[in-house]
Amino acid sequence: MALNPFEHAGAASTISGPPSEGDYLGDRLFRAVARACAGLIIALLLFILWEIGGLALPAMAQHGLGFVSGSTWNPGTQEFGVLPEIWGTLYSSLLALLLGGVFGVTIAIFLSQDFIEARLAVVFRTIVELLAAIPSVVYGLWGIFVVIPLLRPVAGWLHAQLSFIPLFATDLSGPGMAPAALVLAIMILPTVAAITVDAFRRIPYKVKEAAYGMGTTRWEAILKVMLPTASSGILAALVLGFGRALGETMALAMLIGNSNQINLSLFAPANTLASLLASSFPEAGQIEVQALMYAAVVLLLITLLVNIAGLGIQQYTVRKFEGKV
Amino acid sequence: MIRCSGVIRTATAVSFSILLTACGGESADPGAEAPRGLQLVGAGATFPEPLYQDWFRRYNAQQTETRVIYEGGGSGEGVRRFIEETVDFGASDAAMSDAQIAQVERGVRLIPATAGMVVLAYNLPGVEGELRLPRDVYVDIFLGKIWRWDDPRIIAVNPDLELPSRLIQTVVRRDGSGTTFAFTNHLSSISPAWRDEGPGTGTILNWPGGAMTGNGNEGVAHKIKISHGSIGYIEYHFASRLGLPIATLENKAGNFVQPDADSGRRTLEAAAEAGMPANLRLFVPDPDAPHAYPITSLSWLLLYGSYPEPERAAALQSVVTWGLNEGQEIAATLGYIPLPDNILARATEVLTTIGAP
Repeated sequence: MALNPFEHAGAASTISGPPSEGDYLGDRLFRAVARACAGLIIALLLFILWEIGGLALPAMAQHGLGFVSGSTWNPGTQEFGVLPEIWGTLYSSLLALLLGGVFGVTIAIFLSQDFIEARLAVVFRTIVELLAAIPSVVYGLWGIFVVIPLLRPVAGWLHAQLSFIPLFATDLSGPGMAPAALVLAIMILPTVAAITVDAFRRIPYKVKEAAYGMGTTRWEAILKVMLPTASSGILAALVLGFGRALGETMALAMLIGNSNQINLSLFAPANTLASLLASSFPEAGQIEVQALMYAAVVLLLITLLVNIAGLGIQQYTVRKFEGKV
Repeated sequence: MIRCSGVIRTATAVSFSILLTACGGESADPGAEAPRGLQLVGAGATFPEPLYQDWFRRYNAQQTETRVIYEGGGSGEGVRRFIEETVDFGASDAAMSDAQIAQVERGVRLIPATAGMVVLAYNLPGVEGELRLPRDVYVDIFLGKIWRWDDPRIIAVNPDLELPSRLIQTVVRRDGSGTTFAFTNHLSSISPAWRDEGPGTGTILNWPGGAMTGNGNEGVAHKIKISHGSIGYIEYHFASRLGLPIATLENKAGNFVQPDADSGRRTLEAAAEAGMPANLRLFVPDPDAPHAYPITSLSWLLLYGSYPEPERAAALQSVVTWGLNEGQEIAATLGYIPLPDNILARATEVLTTIGAP
């Protein structure tokens, strides 16, 4: 029984014919569902903002901007200020971004610029992405039992030799900024690496060929052609990583030491907004809950500002390096 | 199980979390036997929590009419929930202030149920032997004025110890705590600088000197355990259970004393002898006895003066009476101070005044 290649020719008119009622219905349905989903996301965000903002309103009215510049958190006397927490959040996230960003981009170059066989690169990439699947609390425990004991002698030596530099003004007793930032860097590494790899992959192969054709060395091609071309994608990766670092809670609550102080030292304990929220909520009375909600609003605002700034820089680099408007 | 799968079938549209709660509600606690007549819920201090859990576990096993549940949460939380009347009884290491008592219309009875000592536990690897801390020194450590372990004032009283050249990292409670109250009440009474210029007395304070904070006694103990060069205040039995070294403190008479149950009990007995207030809110911020451990504190159960249901009041009375008698022997074995007889007698007396409105 030979297959008749023209068997469906009779029905061809229905394939090329006008869309049926079902097609219209499916199309409309899909559009409606897509719109509803998009709308729901925005509605959910607005609802969360509304709820948090509503709860925070009494605290906002009472403490005003003093909340952001104050450095006392004392539910007993109802004094609330989150400057040390804002400082700790930004400091730890920036340190993590510095470490995690450099590592992430380096790994991405290693994986995407023909340094290793393509199949091996896939294995590596999967391993890096597996880091994202490790629960935050495991990172915290790992930090306590591995990172802190490893860092302690290094910190002790740095403090003994270089204590005149404010970064090393204290020694590391246990939880502190350095172990927290280090663990945070590892936590944002998969985000940064994965998106950066994709940014490199998006560059047409012709670009690299052209660079080589002009006689560049491999490093010149990577540093002067590939990196700038991928810069907007890399920046997106860094912004996402920074956002993750700002909001990270559990591992930081375990590692940063929860100390209400502003200290430049890398080894002093500090606190972050997210870990303040996590550690104070179970105990908080009504007034403190309002203050905590205010702190949550501050954290949201910081994240928003970081994202807007990231978007701005990204557009600037797109214009500068990729020649688009 | 059958009910559960029924719920799943009918509730496909419901979000997963709601579903889980529904199932959780259906499957009752497998340990529970026939329904109990009465359930008494309490919350508060974490310091006596291991003791109370042990008490109520034994008490629940002994009889079937009453089931007592204790939820911990810290003294601040205990007082808050007691004032909100969401519990049948509270527990606090700081008793309740007059202002707090005034908020409870049903009246408040403070029943001392056990006692403990606040110790300074530290973590100095390589330092073996007894660490002595004079009164002015430990105040200044928590004020941030002494910030190195090799400070001359610490070396002067510990000539035999090889103290490291490390920074002192203080560890304190971040939640409202009776332990904090007992400790700062003591510091205020021995140091005018602490009372007037320093943070003063309270269940929750703004600590100077970049202190690390932990939630609950166990949180502070954990932070001390993982931080070299740290020192913090916790209840005695948390330190001994985790094997943390405990500093020997100088008392009012000038002797250096290690905490132990016997000296704690004698301290309380002498203080109650000297004058027990009518509401049983006895604080011993700085005992005079020559061998008294300086920071000893009672821990109170908070009961309402009246309960709408008389059987609830009767059940509570019988639980607490049990705790004040059989319970005290258990307290000694768990590292708490068994209450002296004169305090027990007064507590039993006050317990009888609880009744219907």
